[in-house]
Amino acid sequence: MTNFPPGTFAPAPGQGRLSRMLLTQARTEFVLTLRNGEQVLLTLLIPLGMLVGLTMLNVVPVPSPRVNNITPRILALAVMSTAFTGQAIALGFDRRYGVLKRLAATALPRWSLVVGRMLAVLGVVLVQLVVLGAVALLLGWHPEPAGVAPAALLILAGTAAFGALGVLLGGTLRAEVVLAVANTVWLVLVVAGGIVLSVHALPGPFAAIVTALPSGALAEGLNTTLVTSVTPWDTLGVLLAWAAGAAVLAARTLRLS
Amino acid sequence: MTPPAPSAAVEVRGLIRSFGAVRAVDGLDLRIQPATVLALLGPNGAGKTTTVEVCEGFQRPDAGVVRVLGLDPIADGAALRPRIGVMPQGGGAYPGVRAAEMLGLVAVCAARPLDVGWLLDVLGLTGVARVPYKRLSGGQQQRLALACALVGRPEVVFLDEPTAGMDPQARRLVWDIIRRLCADGVSVLFTTHLMEEAEALADQVVIIDHGRVVARGSPAELTSAGTERQLRFGARPGLELGPLCTALPEGCRASEPRPGGYLVEGLIDPQVMATVTAWCAQQGVFAEDLRVSRRSLEDVFLELTGRELRP
Repeated sequence: MTNFPPGTFAPAPGQGRLSRMLLTQARTEFVLTLRNGEQVLLTLLIPLGMLVGLTMLNVVPVPSPRVNNITPRILALAVMSTAFTGQAIALGFDRRYGVLKRLAATALPRWSLVVGRMLAVLGVVLVQLVVLGAVALLLGWHPEPAGVAPAALLILAGTAAFGALGVLLGGTLRAEVVLAVANTVWLVLVVAGGIVLSVHALPGPFAAIVTALPSGALAEGLNTTLVTSVTPWDTLGVLLAWAAGAAVLAARTLRLS
Repeated sequence: MTPPAPSAAVEVRGLIRSFGAVRAVDGLDLRIQPATVLALLGPNGAGKTTTVEVCEGFQRPDAGVVRVLGLDPIADGAALRPRIGVMPQGGGAYPGVRAAEMLGLVAVCAARPLDVGWLLDVLGLTGVARVPYKRLSGGQQQRLALACALVGRPEVVFLDEPTAGMDPQARRLVWDIIRRLCADGVSVLFTTHLMEEAEALADQVVIIDHGRVVARGSPAELTSAGTERQLRFGARPGLELGPLCTALPEGCRASEPRPGGYLVEGLIDPQVMATVTAWCAQQGVFAEDLRVSRRSLEDVFLELTGRELRP
Protein backbone atom coordinates (compact mmCIF):
# COMPACT_ATOMS: atom_id res chain seq x y z
CA MET A 1 0.00 0.00 0.00
CA THR A 2 2.94 2.33 0.55
CA ASN A 3 6.59 2.45 -0.43
CA PHE A 4 7.74 3.53 3.03
CA PRO A 5 8.72 0.90 5.59
CA PRO A 6 6.51 0.72 8.69
CA GLY A 7 7.59 3.11 11.40
CA THR A 8 9.09 5.64 8.99
CA PHE A 9 6.99 8.41 10.48
CA ALA A 10 6.40 6.90 13.92
CA PRO A 11 5.84 9.87 16.24
CA ALA A 12 8.79 10.94 18.41
CA PRO A 13 8.00 14.58 19.15
CA GLY A 14 9.99 16.92 21.36
CA GLN A 15 11.52 20.36 21.56
CA GLY A 16 15.05 20.94 20.30
CA ARG A 17 17.72 22.54 22.48
CA LEU A 18 16.81 26.19 22.99
CA SER A 19 20.31 27.61 22.50
CA ARG A 20 20.73 25.60 19.31
CA MET A 21 17.37 26.72 17.89
CA LEU A 22 18.07 30.36 18.66
CA LEU A 23 21.60 30.31 17.27
CA THR A 24 20.54 28.44 14.13
CA GLN A 25 17.78 30.97 13.49
CA ALA A 26 20.15 33.90 14.11
CA ARG A 27 22.88 32.38 11.95
CA THR A 28 20.44 31.70 9.12
CA GLU A 29 19.21 35.29 9.14
CA PHE A 30 22.76 36.64 9.47
CA VAL A 31 23.94 34.62 6.47
CA LEU A 32 20.86 35.61 4.45
CA THR A 33 21.60 39.30 5.07
CA LEU A 34 25.18 38.99 3.89
CA ARG A 35 24.06 36.96 0.87
CA ASN A 36 21.53 39.58 -0.20
CA GLY A 37 23.05 42.13 -2.60
CA GLU A 38 20.71 44.97 -1.67
CA GLN A 39 21.39 44.42 2.02
CA VAL A 40 25.15 44.47 1.44
CA LEU A 41 24.79 47.68 -0.55
CA LEU A 42 22.77 49.25 2.25
CA THR A 43 24.77 48.00 5.21
CA LEU A 44 28.34 48.01 3.89
CA LEU A 45 28.89 49.62 0.49
CA ILE A 46 26.99 52.88 1.05
CA PRO A 47 28.54 53.49 4.50
CA LEU A 48 31.99 52.63 3.10
CA GLY A 49 31.53 54.98 0.16
CA MET A 50 30.36 57.75 2.45
CA LEU A 51 33.22 57.17 4.89
CA VAL A 52 35.83 57.47 2.16
CA GLY A 53 34.01 60.21 0.23
CA LEU A 54 33.26 62.49 3.16
CA THR A 55 36.79 62.05 4.51
CA MET A 56 38.55 62.79 1.22
CA LEU A 57 36.20 65.43 -0.20
CA ASN A 58 35.36 68.67 1.50
CA VAL A 59 31.60 68.57 0.74
CA VAL A 60 30.32 69.04 4.29
CA PRO A 61 31.93 71.32 6.87
CA VAL A 62 33.70 69.10 9.41
CA PRO A 63 36.45 70.00 11.92
CA SER A 64 39.91 68.59 11.28
CA PRO A 65 41.06 65.87 11.28
CA ARG A 66 38.06 65.02 9.15
CA VAL A 67 38.24 61.24 9.56
CA ASN A 68 37.92 61.51 13.37
CA ASN A 69 34.67 63.43 13.02
CA ILE A 70 33.27 61.50 10.06
CA THR A 71 33.82 57.94 11.34
CA PRO A 72 31.52 58.09 14.40
CA ARG A 73 28.71 59.41 12.16
CA ILE A 74 29.28 56.63 9.64
CA LEU A 75 29.13 54.06 12.46
CA ALA A 76 25.77 55.55 13.48
CA LEU A 77 24.64 55.32 9.84
CA ALA A 78 25.73 51.67 9.71
CA VAL A 79 23.74 50.79 12.82
CA MET A 80 20.65 52.57 11.51
CA SER A 81 20.94 50.94 8.07
CA THR A 82 21.14 47.42 9.49
CA ALA A 83 18.94 47.52 12.56
CA PHE A 84 16.20 49.73 11.15
CA THR A 85 16.04 49.87 7.35
CA GLY A 86 17.51 46.49 6.46
CA GLN A 87 15.71 44.65 9.21
CA ALA A 88 12.32 46.30 8.58
CA ILE A 89 12.48 45.42 4.88
CA ALA A 90 13.59 41.85 5.58
CA LEU A 91 10.87 41.40 8.18
CA GLY A 92 8.22 42.81 5.85
CA PHE A 93 9.14 40.34 3.11
CA ASP A 94 9.68 37.45 5.51
CA ARG A 95 6.12 37.97 6.72
CA ARG A 96 4.93 38.04 3.13
CA TYR A 97 6.71 34.74 2.47
CA GLY A 98 5.18 33.13 5.56
CA VAL A 99 8.45 32.76 7.47
CA LEU A 100 7.10 33.97 10.79
CA LYS A 101 4.14 31.65 10.63
CA ARG A 102 6.41 28.79 9.59
CA LEU A 103 8.74 29.39 12.55
CA ALA A 104 5.88 30.10 14.94
CA ALA A 105 4.51 26.64 14.12
CA THR A 106 7.69 24.95 15.33
CA ALA A 107 8.83 24.40 18.90
CA LEU A 108 10.75 27.70 18.72
CA PRO A 109 9.36 29.96 21.47
CA ARG A 110 7.49 33.01 20.17
CA TRP A 111 9.89 35.49 21.77
CA SER A 112 12.78 34.00 19.88
CA LEU A 113 11.21 35.05 16.58
CA VAL A 114 12.31 38.59 17.49
CA VAL A 115 15.31 37.78 19.68
CA GLY A 116 16.79 35.63 16.92
CA ARG A 117 16.43 38.54 14.49
CA MET A 118 18.13 40.88 16.96
CA LEU A 119 21.07 38.49 17.35
CA ALA A 120 21.41 38.37 13.57
CA VAL A 121 21.34 42.18 13.44
CA LEU A 122 24.03 42.37 16.13
CA GLY A 123 26.16 40.00 14.09
CA VAL A 124 25.85 42.21 11.00
CA VAL A 125 26.63 45.33 13.07
CA LEU A 126 29.77 43.59 14.32
CA VAL A 127 30.86 42.90 10.73
CA GLN A 128 30.19 46.54 9.85
CA LEU A 129 32.24 47.78 12.82
CA VAL A 130 35.17 45.62 11.83
CA VAL A 131 35.09 46.60 8.14
CA LEU A 132 34.34 50.29 8.61
CA GLY A 133 36.71 50.57 11.59
CA ALA A 134 39.55 48.99 9.63
CA VAL A 135 39.04 51.30 6.64
CA ALA A 136 38.79 54.32 8.95
CA LEU A 137 42.05 53.35 10.66
CA LEU A 138 43.68 53.12 7.23
CA LEU A 139 42.39 56.63 6.57
CA GLY A 140 44.10 57.78 9.77
CA TRP A 141 41.27 57.53 12.31
CA HIS A 142 42.38 58.02 15.93
CA PRO A 143 39.47 57.37 18.28
CA GLU A 144 39.90 58.43 21.92
CA PRO A 145 40.78 55.15 23.71
CA ALA A 146 38.72 56.14 26.75
CA GLY A 147 35.70 56.63 24.53
CA VAL A 148 35.66 53.15 23.01
CA ALA A 149 33.80 51.39 25.83
CA PRO A 150 31.04 54.04 26.08
CA ALA A 151 30.84 53.94 22.27
CA ALA A 152 30.21 50.19 22.40
CA LEU A 153 27.43 50.84 24.91
CA LEU A 154 25.91 53.51 22.65
CA ILE A 155 26.07 51.16 19.67
CA LEU A 156 24.25 48.46 21.65
CA ALA A 157 21.58 50.94 22.75
CA GLY A 158 21.33 52.32 19.22
CA THR A 159 20.94 48.83 17.79
CA ALA A 160 18.19 48.16 20.32
CA ALA A 161 16.39 51.43 19.51
CA PHE A 162 16.62 51.12 15.73
CA GLY A 163 15.98 47.37 15.93
CA ALA A 164 12.76 47.86 17.88
CA LEU A 165 11.68 50.60 15.44
CA GLY A 166 12.51 48.27 12.55
CA VAL A 167 10.36 45.48 14.02
CA LEU A 168 7.59 48.02 14.66
CA LEU A 169 7.62 49.11 11.01
CA GLY A 170 8.38 45.77 9.36
CA GLY A 171 6.03 43.83 11.60
CA THR A 172 2.86 45.73 10.84
CA LEU A 173 2.66 47.03 7.28
CA ARG A 174 2.58 45.40 3.83
CA ALA A 175 6.00 44.52 2.42
CA GLU A 176 5.94 47.15 -0.36
CA VAL A 177 4.87 49.87 2.06
CA VAL A 178 7.61 48.81 4.48
CA LEU A 179 10.15 49.04 1.66
CA ALA A 180 9.06 52.56 0.70
CA VAL A 181 8.78 53.90 4.25
CA ALA A 182 12.02 52.33 5.48
CA ASN A 183 14.01 53.78 2.58
CA THR A 184 12.41 57.21 2.84
CA VAL A 185 13.00 57.42 6.59
CA TRP A 186 16.59 56.31 6.05
CA LEU A 187 17.21 59.04 3.47
CA VAL A 188 15.55 61.74 5.56
CA LEU A 189 17.50 60.78 8.68
CA VAL A 190 20.81 60.59 6.81
CA VAL A 191 20.35 64.09 5.41
CA ALA A 192 18.39 65.87 8.15
CA GLY A 193 18.42 63.49 11.12
CA GLY A 194 21.80 64.37 12.53
CA ILE A 195 23.79 61.66 10.75
CA VAL A 196 25.80 63.51 8.10
CA LEU A 197 25.25 67.05 9.31
CA SER A 198 25.94 67.69 12.97
CA VAL A 199 22.95 68.93 14.95
CA HIS A 200 25.03 72.01 15.67
CA ALA A 201 24.82 72.88 11.97
CA LEU A 202 21.01 72.87 12.08
CA PRO A 203 18.76 75.85 12.96
CA GLY A 204 17.74 76.13 16.68
CA PRO A 205 14.33 74.44 17.17
CA PHE A 206 15.16 71.91 14.48
CA ALA A 207 18.36 70.98 16.30
CA ALA A 208 16.41 70.25 19.50
CA ILE A 209 14.11 67.87 17.63
CA VAL A 210 16.97 66.10 15.88
CA THR A 211 18.87 65.65 19.16
CA ALA A 212 15.88 63.71 20.47
CA LEU A 213 15.77 61.43 17.41
CA PRO A 214 17.59 58.10 17.65
CA SER A 215 19.70 59.06 14.62
CA GLY A 216 20.77 62.40 16.09
CA ALA A 217 21.33 60.90 19.53
CA LEU A 218 23.47 58.02 18.26
CA ALA A 219 25.56 60.14 15.86
CA GLU A 220 26.15 62.94 18.38
CA GLY A 221 26.77 60.50 21.20
CA LEU A 222 29.34 58.50 19.23
CA ASN A 223 30.97 61.70 18.00
CA THR A 224 31.24 63.14 21.50
CA THR A 225 32.66 60.03 23.11
CA LEU A 226 35.06 59.05 20.33
CA VAL A 227 36.37 62.60 19.74
CA THR A 228 36.40 63.98 23.31
CA SER A 229 36.08 60.77 25.42
CA VAL A 230 33.27 62.43 27.39
CA THR A 231 30.47 59.91 28.00
CA PRO A 232 27.19 61.42 26.75
CA TRP A 233 24.74 59.90 29.22
CA ASP A 234 21.88 62.04 27.92
CA THR A 235 22.07 60.55 24.42
CA LEU A 236 22.28 57.06 25.92
CA GLY A 237 19.06 57.86 27.77
CA VAL A 238 17.39 59.05 24.55
CA LEU A 239 18.33 55.80 22.79
CA LEU A 240 17.13 53.59 25.65
CA ALA A 241 13.83 55.49 25.80
CA TRP A 242 13.30 54.92 22.05
CA ALA A 243 14.24 51.25 22.46
CA ALA A 244 11.80 50.71 25.33
CA GLY A 245 8.93 52.63 23.74
CA ALA A 246 9.29 51.00 20.33
CA ALA A 247 9.73 47.54 21.85
CA VAL A 248 6.50 47.81 23.85
CA LEU A 249 4.60 49.02 20.78
CA ALA A 250 6.20 46.43 18.49
CA ALA A 251 5.36 43.57 20.86
CA ARG A 252 1.71 44.60 20.67
CA THR A 253 1.52 45.17 16.94
CA LEU A 254 3.76 42.48 15.42
CA ARG A 255 1.76 40.40 12.95
CA LEU A 256 2.90 37.01 11.76
CA SER A 257 1.67 37.48 8.20
CA MET B 1 -8.86 -1.97 35.42
CA THR B 2 -9.92 -0.90 31.95
CA PRO B 3 -7.68 1.56 30.18
CA PRO B 4 -9.22 4.99 29.67
CA ALA B 5 -10.92 5.45 26.32
CA PRO B 6 -8.46 6.94 23.83
CA SER B 7 -9.12 10.65 23.63
CA ALA B 8 -9.48 12.36 20.30
CA ALA B 9 -6.39 13.69 18.55
CA VAL B 10 -8.34 16.78 17.56
CA GLU B 11 -11.61 17.90 19.02
CA VAL B 12 -13.49 21.02 17.95
CA ARG B 13 -16.87 21.87 19.44
CA GLY B 14 -19.06 24.82 18.50
CA LEU B 15 -16.21 26.75 16.92
CA ILE B 16 -17.08 30.29 15.86
CA ARG B 17 -14.62 32.67 14.27
CA SER B 18 -15.61 35.97 12.68
CA PHE B 19 -13.74 38.56 10.66
CA GLY B 20 -15.68 41.78 11.04
CA ALA B 21 -19.22 41.04 9.97
CA VAL B 22 -18.30 37.78 8.24
CA ARG B 23 -18.58 34.52 10.15
CA ALA B 24 -15.80 32.47 8.62
CA VAL B 25 -16.55 29.53 10.89
CA ASP B 26 -20.02 29.23 12.34
CA GLY B 27 -20.55 26.55 14.95
CA LEU B 28 -18.25 23.86 13.64
CA ASP B 29 -17.71 20.45 15.28
CA LEU B 30 -14.89 18.07 14.40
CA ARG B 31 -13.41 14.99 16.00
CA ILE B 32 -10.39 13.11 14.73
CA GLN B 33 -9.62 9.77 16.32
CA PRO B 34 -5.93 8.98 16.80
CA ALA B 35 -4.17 7.55 13.74
CA THR B 36 -6.96 8.46 11.35
CA VAL B 37 -7.18 10.87 8.45
CA LEU B 38 -9.79 13.60 8.18
CA ALA B 39 -10.30 15.51 4.93
CA LEU B 40 -11.83 18.94 5.22
CA LEU B 41 -13.55 19.74 1.95
CA GLY B 42 -15.21 22.93 0.88
CA PRO B 43 -15.28 25.65 -1.75
CA ASN B 44 -13.00 28.69 -1.53
CA GLY B 45 -13.89 30.79 1.47
CA ALA B 46 -15.78 27.99 3.20
CA GLY B 47 -13.70 28.37 6.36
CA LYS B 48 -11.21 25.52 5.89
CA THR B 49 -8.04 27.51 6.48
CA THR B 50 -9.57 29.40 9.40
CA THR B 51 -10.53 26.10 11.03
CA VAL B 52 -7.04 24.69 10.55
CA GLU B 53 -5.37 27.87 11.81
CA VAL B 54 -7.49 27.82 14.96
CA CYS B 55 -6.35 24.24 15.58
CA GLU B 56 -2.74 25.32 15.04
CA GLY B 57 -3.08 28.20 17.52
CA PHE B 58 -2.66 30.94 14.91
CA GLN B 59 -6.16 32.27 15.41
CA ARG B 60 -8.18 32.69 18.56
CA PRO B 61 -11.71 31.25 18.48
CA ASP B 62 -14.50 33.73 19.22
CA ALA B 63 -16.46 30.89 20.81
CA GLY B 64 -16.24 27.14 21.16
CA VAL B 65 -13.75 24.63 22.44
CA VAL B 66 -10.69 23.46 20.52
CA ARG B 67 -8.42 20.73 21.83
CA VAL B 68 -5.48 19.15 20.04
CA LEU B 69 -4.01 16.16 21.88
CA GLY B 70 -6.11 17.37 24.79
CA LEU B 71 -4.37 20.76 24.83
CA ASP B 72 -5.64 24.28 24.14
CA PRO B 73 -3.74 25.44 21.01
CA ILE B 74 -3.25 28.96 22.40
CA ALA B 75 -3.04 28.60 26.19
CA ASP B 76 -0.94 25.43 25.93
CA GLY B 77 0.75 26.42 22.67
CA ALA B 78 4.29 25.98 23.92
CA ALA B 79 3.56 22.41 25.04
CA LEU B 80 1.55 21.57 21.93
CA ARG B 81 3.75 22.96 19.14
CA PRO B 82 6.56 20.40 19.49
CA ARG B 83 3.94 17.65 19.04
CA ILE B 84 2.27 18.90 15.87
CA GLY B 85 3.42 19.34 12.29
CA VAL B 86 2.08 22.24 10.29
CA MET B 87 2.04 22.83 6.55
CA PRO B 88 0.57 26.31 6.08
CA GLN B 89 -1.18 27.16 2.83
CA GLY B 90 1.42 28.46 0.41
CA GLY B 91 4.32 27.11 2.47
CA GLY B 92 6.57 29.52 4.33
CA ALA B 93 10.30 30.22 4.12
CA TYR B 94 12.74 33.14 3.83
CA PRO B 95 12.75 34.25 0.17
CA GLY B 96 16.53 33.81 -0.07
CA VAL B 97 16.97 30.69 2.04
CA ARG B 98 18.19 27.47 0.44
CA ALA B 99 15.83 24.53 0.65
CA ALA B 100 18.21 22.48 2.80
CA GLU B 101 18.93 25.41 5.14
CA MET B 102 15.23 25.95 5.76
CA LEU B 103 14.52 22.31 6.49
CA GLY B 104 17.64 22.19 8.67
CA LEU B 105 16.40 25.16 10.70
CA VAL B 106 13.00 23.57 11.28
CA ALA B 107 14.68 20.25 12.11
CA VAL B 108 16.83 21.87 14.82
CA CYS B 109 13.63 22.89 16.59
CA ALA B 110 12.78 19.21 17.17
CA ALA B 111 14.32 16.83 19.67
CA ARG B 112 14.52 13.78 17.39
CA PRO B 113 14.06 15.02 13.82
CA LEU B 114 13.96 12.87 10.72
CA ASP B 115 17.19 12.91 8.73
CA VAL B 116 17.16 16.09 6.65
CA GLY B 117 19.11 14.64 3.74
CA TRP B 118 16.86 11.57 3.58
CA LEU B 119 13.71 13.68 3.69
CA LEU B 120 14.95 15.99 0.92
CA ASP B 121 15.76 12.92 -1.13
CA VAL B 122 12.37 11.26 -0.57
CA LEU B 123 10.59 14.44 -1.62
CA GLY B 124 12.75 14.87 -4.69
CA LEU B 125 14.42 18.03 -3.42
CA THR B 126 18.04 16.89 -3.30
CA GLY B 127 18.74 18.48 -6.68
CA VAL B 128 17.48 21.87 -5.49
CA ALA B 129 18.85 21.66 -1.93
CA ARG B 130 21.01 24.76 -2.56
CA VAL B 131 18.45 26.71 -4.58
CA PRO B 132 16.91 29.78 -2.87
CA TYR B 133 13.27 29.33 -1.90
CA LYS B 134 11.95 32.06 -4.18
CA ARG B 135 13.47 30.31 -7.20
CA LEU B 136 11.83 26.95 -6.45
CA SER B 137 8.76 25.99 -8.47
CA GLY B 138 5.38 26.05 -6.77
CA GLY B 139 5.40 22.27 -6.45
CA GLN B 140 8.91 22.26 -4.99
CA GLN B 141 7.93 24.92 -2.46
CA GLN B 142 4.95 22.76 -1.49
CA ARG B 143 7.14 19.70 -1.05
CA LEU B 144 9.57 21.68 1.12
CA ALA B 145 6.64 22.87 3.23
CA LEU B 146 5.49 19.27 3.63
CA ALA B 147 9.01 18.26 4.66
CA CYS B 148 8.99 21.03 7.30
CA ALA B 149 5.69 19.70 8.64
CA LEU B 150 7.01 16.13 8.96
CA VAL B 151 10.63 16.59 10.04
CA GLY B 152 9.87 16.89 13.78
CA ARG B 153 8.12 13.47 13.94
CA PRO B 154 4.82 14.95 15.09
CA GLU B 155 1.81 13.12 16.52
CA VAL B 156 -0.70 15.22 14.60
CA VAL B 157 -0.17 16.95 11.26
CA PHE B 158 -2.22 19.75 9.73
CA LEU B 159 -1.82 20.02 5.98
CA ASP B 160 -3.56 22.97 4.33
CA GLU B 161 -4.00 22.07 0.65
CA PRO B 162 -0.92 19.85 0.61
CA THR B 163 -1.13 18.94 -3.07
CA ALA B 164 -2.03 22.35 -4.50
CA GLY B 165 0.25 23.12 -7.44
CA MET B 166 1.77 19.63 -7.55
CA ASP B 167 2.11 17.46 -10.61
CA PRO B 168 0.41 14.03 -10.56
CA GLN B 169 3.61 12.20 -9.55
CA ALA B 170 4.20 14.45 -6.58
CA ARG B 171 0.54 14.17 -5.61
CA ARG B 172 0.81 10.36 -5.56
CA LEU B 173 3.90 10.66 -3.39
CA VAL B 174 2.04 12.87 -0.92
CA TRP B 175 -0.81 10.36 -0.83
CA ASP B 176 1.67 7.61 -0.11
CA ILE B 177 3.17 9.66 2.72
CA ILE B 178 -0.24 10.41 4.23
CA ARG B 179 -1.10 6.68 4.20
CA ARG B 180 2.21 5.86 5.87
CA LEU B 181 1.68 8.59 8.49
CA CYS B 182 -1.69 7.16 9.39
CA ALA B 183 -0.39 3.59 9.49
CA ASP B 184 2.45 4.74 11.76
CA GLY B 185 -0.02 6.24 14.23
CA VAL B 186 -0.01 9.89 13.16
CA SER B 187 -3.36 11.70 13.01
CA VAL B 188 -3.83 13.81 9.90
CA LEU B 189 -6.12 16.73 9.12
CA PHE B 190 -5.86 17.96 5.56
CA THR B 191 -7.85 20.33 3.41
CA THR B 192 -8.41 19.86 -0.28
CA HIS B 193 -10.52 20.77 -3.28
CA LEU B 194 -9.92 17.38 -4.85
CA MET B 195 -12.71 14.86 -4.26
CA GLU B 196 -10.49 12.10 -5.60
CA GLU B 197 -7.95 12.92 -2.91
CA ALA B 198 -10.49 12.86 -0.11
CA GLU B 199 -11.98 9.59 -1.37
CA ALA B 200 -8.56 7.97 -1.65
CA LEU B 201 -7.14 8.98 1.70
CA ALA B 202 -9.68 9.97 4.28
CA ASP B 203 -11.30 7.84 6.95
CA GLN B 204 -13.64 10.73 7.53
CA VAL B 205 -14.70 13.47 5.14
CA VAL B 206 -16.18 16.69 6.45
CA ILE B 207 -17.71 19.02 3.88
CA ILE B 208 -18.08 22.60 5.04
CA ASP B 209 -19.60 25.67 3.46
CA HIS B 210 -20.07 29.14 4.87
CA GLY B 211 -18.32 27.94 8.01
CA ARG B 212 -20.81 25.16 8.74
CA VAL B 213 -20.62 21.41 8.32
CA VAL B 214 -22.97 20.42 5.50
CA ALA B 215 -22.09 16.72 5.44
CA ARG B 216 -19.79 14.29 7.15
CA GLY B 217 -19.02 10.62 7.08
CA SER B 218 -16.73 8.11 5.47
CA PRO B 219 -16.41 8.49 1.70
CA ALA B 220 -18.56 5.34 1.35
CA GLU B 221 -21.28 6.72 3.61
CA LEU B 222 -21.31 10.05 1.82
CA THR B 223 -21.69 8.50 -1.59
CA SER B 224 -24.20 5.92 -0.33
CA ALA B 225 -22.30 3.06 -1.81
CA GLY B 226 -25.02 0.59 -0.72
CA THR B 227 -28.34 0.08 -2.45
CA GLU B 228 -29.38 3.71 -2.32
CA ARG B 229 -29.35 5.41 -5.62
CA GLN B 230 -30.56 8.68 -6.89
CA LEU B 231 -32.55 10.10 -9.73
CA ARG B 232 -31.94 13.60 -10.85
CA PHE B 233 -33.56 15.90 -13.35
CA GLY B 234 -33.84 19.55 -14.20
CA ALA B 235 -37.09 21.48 -14.56
CA ARG B 236 -38.66 24.85 -13.83
CA PRO B 237 -37.67 25.98 -10.30
CA GLY B 238 -40.16 25.96 -7.44
CA LEU B 239 -42.42 23.05 -8.46
CA GLU B 240 -44.84 21.75 -5.83
CA LEU B 241 -43.14 18.61 -4.43
CA GLY B 242 -45.98 17.60 -2.06
CA PRO B 243 -47.93 15.38 -4.50
CA LEU B 244 -44.73 13.68 -5.64
CA CYS B 245 -43.64 12.86 -2.09
CA THR B 246 -47.07 11.38 -1.41
CA ALA B 247 -46.99 9.27 -4.57
CA LEU B 248 -43.45 7.92 -4.03
CA PRO B 249 -43.02 4.62 -2.20
CA GLU B 250 -41.84 4.68 1.39
CA GLY B 251 -38.10 5.37 1.76
CA CYS B 252 -37.90 7.64 -1.26
CA ARG B 253 -37.36 11.35 -0.76
CA ALA B 254 -37.79 14.16 -3.25
CA SER B 255 -36.11 17.53 -2.90
CA GLU B 256 -34.93 20.55 -4.83
CA PRO B 257 -31.36 21.03 -3.53
CA ARG B 258 -30.84 24.01 -5.85
CA PRO B 259 -33.33 25.99 -7.88
CA GLY B 260 -34.43 23.97 -10.88
CA GLY B 261 -32.40 20.90 -9.86
CA TYR B 262 -34.54 18.07 -8.50
CA LEU B 263 -33.37 15.00 -6.66
CA VAL B 264 -35.13 11.80 -5.74
CA GLU B 265 -33.18 9.58 -3.35
CA GLY B 266 -33.90 6.03 -2.34
CA LEU B 267 -34.23 2.71 -4.10
CA ILE B 268 -34.92 3.89 -7.63
CA ASP B 269 -36.88 1.26 -9.55
CA PRO B 270 -38.97 1.50 -12.74
CA GLN B 271 -42.05 2.21 -10.63
CA VAL B 272 -40.37 5.23 -9.03
CA MET B 273 -39.30 6.43 -12.47
CA ALA B 274 -42.93 6.16 -13.71
CA THR B 275 -44.19 8.03 -10.66
CA VAL B 276 -41.75 10.86 -11.28
CA THR B 277 -42.55 11.21 -14.96
CA ALA B 278 -46.29 11.04 -14.23
CA TRP B 279 -45.86 13.85 -11.71
CA CYS B 280 -43.94 15.90 -14.27
CA ALA B 281 -46.77 15.41 -16.77
CA GLN B 282 -49.24 16.48 -14.13
CA GLN B 283 -47.20 19.65 -13.49
CA GLY B 284 -46.92 20.26 -17.21
CA VAL B 285 -43.11 20.25 -17.23
CA PHE B 286 -40.57 18.31 -19.22
CA ALA B 287 -37.88 16.65 -17.10
CA GLU B 288 -34.50 17.46 -18.60
CA ASP B 289 -31.23 15.59 -18.02
CA LEU B 290 -33.08 12.80 -16.29
CA ARG B 291 -30.55 10.33 -14.96
CA VAL B 292 -30.15 7.66 -12.33
CA SER B 293 -26.78 7.29 -10.65
CA ARG B 294 -24.82 6.41 -7.64
CA ARG B 295 -23.42 9.57 -6.17
CA SER B 296 -19.76 10.42 -6.42
CA LEU B 297 -18.22 12.52 -3.70
CA GLU B 298 -18.05 15.31 -6.22
CA ASP B 299 -21.82 15.08 -6.73
CA VAL B 300 -22.32 15.25 -3.01
CA PHE B 301 -20.03 18.25 -2.81
CA LEU B 302 -21.64 20.17 -5.66
CA GLU B 303 -25.15 19.40 -4.48
CA LEU B 304 -24.35 20.67 -1.04
CA THR B 305 -22.33 23.70 -1.97
CA GLY B 306 -23.85 24.70 -5.31
CA ARG B 307 -22.32 24.91 -8.74
CA GLU B 308 -21.72 28.61 -9.06
CA LEU B 309 -18.14 29.85 -9.01
CA ARG B 310 -16.76 31.19 -5.76
CA PRO B 311 -14.48 34.20 -5.74
